[in-house]
Order: sequence, then structure tokens, then C-alpha cells
Amino acid sequence: MFKQKKFIVSHAPFWHIGSGIPERNYNMIIAALPAVLMGFTVFGIPAVGVIALSVAFAVLWELAVNYVSKRPYTVADGHAIYIGLIFGMVMPATVPWWLILVGTFLAIVIGKEIFGGIGSNPFNAVALAYAILLVSWGIHLDFNAKLANYTFDFPAAYPIAALQAFGPSATEPFSLLGMFMGQQVGGIGSVCGIAIVLGGVYLILRGFIRWEISVSFVVGVFVTAFLFNVYNPAVYGAPLFHLVTGYTLIGAFFLATDDGSSPVNFIPMLIYGALGGVLTVLIRNIGSYVDGVFFAILLINVVNPVLDKIRPKALGKVA
Amino acid sequence: MIQRPFFNFSKPRFDYELFTKALPQLVPVPQPKFVTLLIDSPLGNRDPKFIKVGDSVKTGQRLLLAENDTAAAVSTVTGKIDAFSEFAGNYGKMFTAITIAVSGSEETDDQFAQLGGDLSMADLSAFLSTAPGRPPFELLMDPEKTIETIVIYGGDTDVLIGTNQYALKTRTGELQKGISALKKASGIENVILAVPGESFQSYDAHFNADVRNVPAEYPYAGSQMILHHLLQKPAADGKAPEDHGVCFMRAEAVISIGRAVADKRIPLEKLVTIVAKNGEQKIVSAKIGTLMGDVLNAVNITVDDGDRIILGGPMTGFAIYTETHPIEPDTDAIMIQDASDISFSSDYPCINCGDCIRICPANISVNMLVRFLEAGQYDDAVNLYDLYSCVDCGLCSYVCVSRIPILQYIKLAKHELSRISEAEETNV
Repeated sequence: MFKQKKFIVSHAPFWHIGSGIPERNYNMIIAALPAVLMGFTVFGIPAVGVIALSVAFAVLWELAVNYVSKRPYTVADGHAIYIGLIFGMVMPATVPWWLILVGTFLAIVIGKEIFGGIGSNPFNAVALAYAILLVSWGIHLDFNAKLANYTFDFPAAYPIAALQAFGPSATEPFSLLGMFMGQQVGGIGSVCGIAIVLGGVYLILRGFIRWEISVSFVVGVFVTAFLFNVYNPAVYGAPLFHLVTGYTLIGAFFLATDDGSSPVNFIPMLIYGALGGVLTVLIRNIGSYVDGVFFAILLINVVNPVLDKIRPKALGKVA
Repeated sequence: MIQRPFFNFSKPRFDYELFTKALPQLVPVPQPKFVTLLIDSPLGNRDPKFIKVGDSVKTGQRLLLAENDTAAAVSTVTGKIDAFSEFAGNYGKMFTAITIAVSGSEETDDQFAQLGGDLSMADLSAFLSTAPGRPPFELLMDPEKTIETIVIYGGDTDVLIGTNQYALKTRTGELQKGISALKKASGIENVILAVPGESFQSYDAHFNADVRNVPAEYPYAGSQMILHHLLQKPAADGKAPEDHGVCFMRAEAVISIGRAVADKRIPLEKLVTIVAKNGEQKIVSAKIGTLMGDVLNAVNITVDDGDRIILGGPMTGFAIYTETHPIEPDTDAIMIQDASDISFSSDYPCINCGDCIRICPANISVNMLVRFLEAGQYDDAVNLYDLYSCVDCGLCSYVCVSRIPILQYIKLAKHELSRISEAEETNV
């Protein structure tokens, strides 16, 4: 009997480079892990609890949204885990459980899913959630208050808060190198600068984040802080101090580089990152909030669509 | 296939097949028992009194569906007509497939040989429109289009394919004759021979044409890229090259003309590059109309359920569903993909990673374009995000992290827009 073979018929191109969304997200999670582990060594078991809870809640929120909206389950792509992990990394180690529940709701549902899920978020989901929490329950995100019961073998004050309250003279006990190595008070995953930079460099080398954004963000922070510092060293902190404290590095490598809410063309990426760095220092130095990274990132998220209109002329276009 | 490297410093790059080391051995495909010829005219046009099952056909005979039909095929074998059937091509275009049972003895139709003197465009068009390489005489003869430049591309427009490159390197004399005959018949003096890579100097003096160099990097040999980079024509208006006065021809098509003029015989054998599952290339020579299955048998390639047979190259070809698909005059390559090598597209949304933008040779904001295309907003896609700058190379789909069928969306949009403008033109 004549048997017709069944072939796969589809459209060109018939090759694919082999990249995929899960690979991308799981690599970002891997890149974030060193910073998380350093946070565990600094803050101990409570930090483990916060990270575990925020990853779990993030996944559950995404499952819930998928179920309610009758859409395919997208948890396996790793993006919810990634958002949960980054959210945990910016929290103090003693944050109450209900704040994590609310925060992951804000990140996953308000920050990402109601806009249509992965890639459609106009704002960085974690930055949005953190900003809402900071405005609503700021006291629970105040490191000096939340970490009062810890005893550290390094100065137990939030460095940026000390700088803002008492000026650069109050920052003398802090060692720049020590803070870069993780000897400071801060969010679980944002205290150890070197681990974050290592993760970020890994992501850049593998092409999972765009180096232009990270580099220009760091340069933006440095140059602006330097100008302030030169203008009045008695009031404004040193540029390197701004780089290694607070959320600067996690912002530069993990928040500003979020795919959906950042530009993709070369010049817009440079402007976007630099603008984020400038705004961060402006808010820190002359604003009323302690750390400006999250608000800076939300603001550059807003200008992202406009920035991305700066693009090279397409083939054959004269105007 | 280039897989994503572990470290990702630079974007992937494809080069065209140039056969810089040694030319492959040509494998002849034996005379098949049946051939299937396609006529660019629907089955409904057939006049049953004019042509019917059982009619004898000679090699080189023109086959028409009705006495006054313009579309014809040239029989590549001697035999008897076995069947007529409908044949659906791309975008729902309907052809008529004529299957001919080959008989043992070969008889040649001498109509073409009897044409004396220099051949006119009408002669060429009548007998050579379905010659190997499919010379586009209909464009050159279209009274509404003024063609000023003929661009002969001496390479192939997709990676891994070596058909035209092989023809250029082995049939130089016939190409030379073809260019002269084409110039004489068309009256077009401005003939450019574009050759890929750095090899162009070796051709420079031999040809009665302006020899130019085209980068060997994919997709710089695409017609829109050549229009823009070689001829400096603004190409992003959605019009075909012929509307800019440029006609593109394969080197093999011009060689067919040259052979026909020299031998007084219509060339019947098409060069085809076969790309096996392991990427190995073979060049075969098969009569037009030979079925895929017979060609693959000749090179000992078997295909199984779940594999993919692609006509053309990996970036721009199209997949076929049966081994009984015939070799057409413009089938430059057959590529076989193993079931395990096939990657599927997904319905994930764009995550805005920007890989497509970095690889796009036409500088299109593909991330924005695909959003408009998914929503079916084709006018905005053209006006705001440069749909017509697209050269259809498929590199964006190749790198897409979300595995969005971007090229498919683009082709659909262009097709829909051309249908709209056609409807508008005929409704005036």
C-alpha cells in the first residue's frame, strides 16, 4: 500500500540560534545567586526565610494570575522566580511576611501581569513594587530600624542614611573596600558589591543583559556624584561611596537592564543608563528619600519609549 | 547551523557558499520514469480538445493548456501525458501539473532549432521562460515597465547553496554568450554581473558586462540590498526592483540562454544543490520536472517521517510536504533537515531583548515592528516602523529569544498590503 511520509512543513527560516526565554531567566537567577549567598552570610537565617518566601509568593501570584486569566501557565519560564529573587534581594532581612506577600503581588500582578506578562511591563516590576511599599510602609524598609537587633563586626548604620543625615564626615568609619566586599547594612542581596558585579559581568559576557545600560548607569552615578563632591565636599559624599552603597550596583546590573522596560538601540541605551545614574544621585543628594535608585529607575522607565525613537535610519529611508 | 556561543561578544554571521577550495563533483540524476511540469495557469484553463491524457510529447516541445494560453512549459522528456492535476503554490497561486510518462526513445522537437538568425525577445520568452534558472523575460517584455539595468547575480541568495556559484565557475563561456544574446535581444546595454566575495577580479576582463563585487556575507546578495548598496537606489517603498528599472537574473538563467543560442537546443537540466542532514553539499544535475524522491535517491538520501524537505536554503526557502514535488526551473537547492534538528516557533510575546535589532541588516526596529504586525496594523508598520525596508532575510527570526515567527509576520503583512493595493488599482 502506498504510504505517504509525513514531513514537517513550516515557514523560513528553518534555523534557530537556540536561545530561549527559560535559559535567559535561569541564567539571570544564577548570576544573582552569589549576591544572595553573600547576603545569607551577613544576615543569617532570617535572610534565607525572606528570599524563600518572596520566590514562593512570586511564583504563586503568577500561577494565580495565569489561572484567573485562563492563560497558559508561564511559571516554568523562570521569570516569576527571577522577580521574586530580586525582590527578596532588596528587602531588609527582618521584613514582615505580609510585606513580602503584598510586595510580590505588586511586582508580579501590578508590575507585570496586568500589562500582558513578560516583556510587556512598562516599569521594572521590582522597582515598582519597592516604590509602592516605600511610600506606604516606609518604616519596614528602614534598615536602621529593621536591623537594630543585629550585631555586626562593621558599622551598623545604613551608610547612605548616615551620609544624608550627618554629611561625609559621618562616613569615615565605613571602609569602601569593606562595603564593596559585603561589610555593610542594606538589602539582603544588595550589600555585596563584588558579587553583584561578578553576576553582572557574567550576564554581559553571555549577552543576557546589555552592557551599555549597566556601564552608563555606573558612569552616570560616578560623574554626578563627583561633580557634587567637587562642588561641596563638606556636604556631598564621594563618588565611590555612592557606587558601593545602597542599591546602586543591583540597580545598574539587575534592575535598569530589565528587558521589557529598557531601550534597545545603542544611543538610547546610553542615555537611559546615564539618566538613571544622574537621577539616582540627584535624589540622594538633594531629594528627601534616602536612596534614589528605585525612583530613578521608574523615571527612566517612563522615558524609555521616547528614547527608543532615536534609532538609526532604516535601509533605503532618506528622511 | 550556528548555535549560540557560550560567550556572546559578537552577533552571528553567515557567509555565502563560495567553493573557494574545490568544486564538488557534479552528480547526474538518471532519467526518471515520470516527470511533472508546472504551467503557470489554472487547470480550468485547459481545453480538453487541445491537450489531453495520452498525447505524445517530444523533448523540447512547448506544452500549452489551450491554443491561446500564454503560459507554457517546455517538455524535458519524450513520452506520453499521463495526468493533469491542480497544483497549489505559495500564497494560494494555482498551477497545472502535467505528468508525463517517459518512453524509452528520445525524440527532439525541432521548433526551437529552426528559429534562424538572432533570437528576439519573443523567441526567447516562448522557449526559454521555463529554462533552468527561469529567466524573467516577462519583466523585460512588460510594456508598463522600463528596465534599464539587468543585474546578473553570480552567486546564490541563501547560505549553503552553491548552484549559481558552480554554474558561474564551470560555464563561463556560456555565460559570456548568454550576456551577448540577452543584450542583443533586449537592447539593454547596462548589464551588471555581481559576484560575491573577493573573486571578482578574476572575472573582470572576460565579460561583456560591468563586473561588481558584493560582500560574501549573508544577506548582502538579496535584491533589495544590491539595489541599495550597489545601485544606490532608495529601495524602501514596497515596490519590486523592476519598478526601479532593474531586473535581476540568476547566472544560471543567462547560462541557459547562452547554451540555447550555442547548441540550438533548449537546455533541460537544472543544477541543484542538495544539502544532506549532516550539512554536506552535493551538486546534481536533474531534468526539470524530476520528482524530489528520484533526485534524493540518486544521491542516496532517505527522508523519514517528521523530517523537513526545504526547497531553497535554510533562511529563505520553503518547506514542501511531499516527495512527489517536481524540480522547478528555479529550484536552486533541496535541503533535508532531520526531525531532531527542527526548532519550532512559539507564541511567547516579544521580551524586548534587542537581539533582532542588533542583527538586522536593514536597521529596522524589529521589536516595535513585530508588535504592530501582531496586531495587524500594517499601515502603521509601513509608515512608522519601516516594514518596506525589510529585505526578508529572516535573521531576526533566527535570533529571536521568544522564537516569534517574525519573518512570517513580515511576509504576511507585505502580502496583505499588496492584495489591498491590487484591489485598489482594479477598482478605479
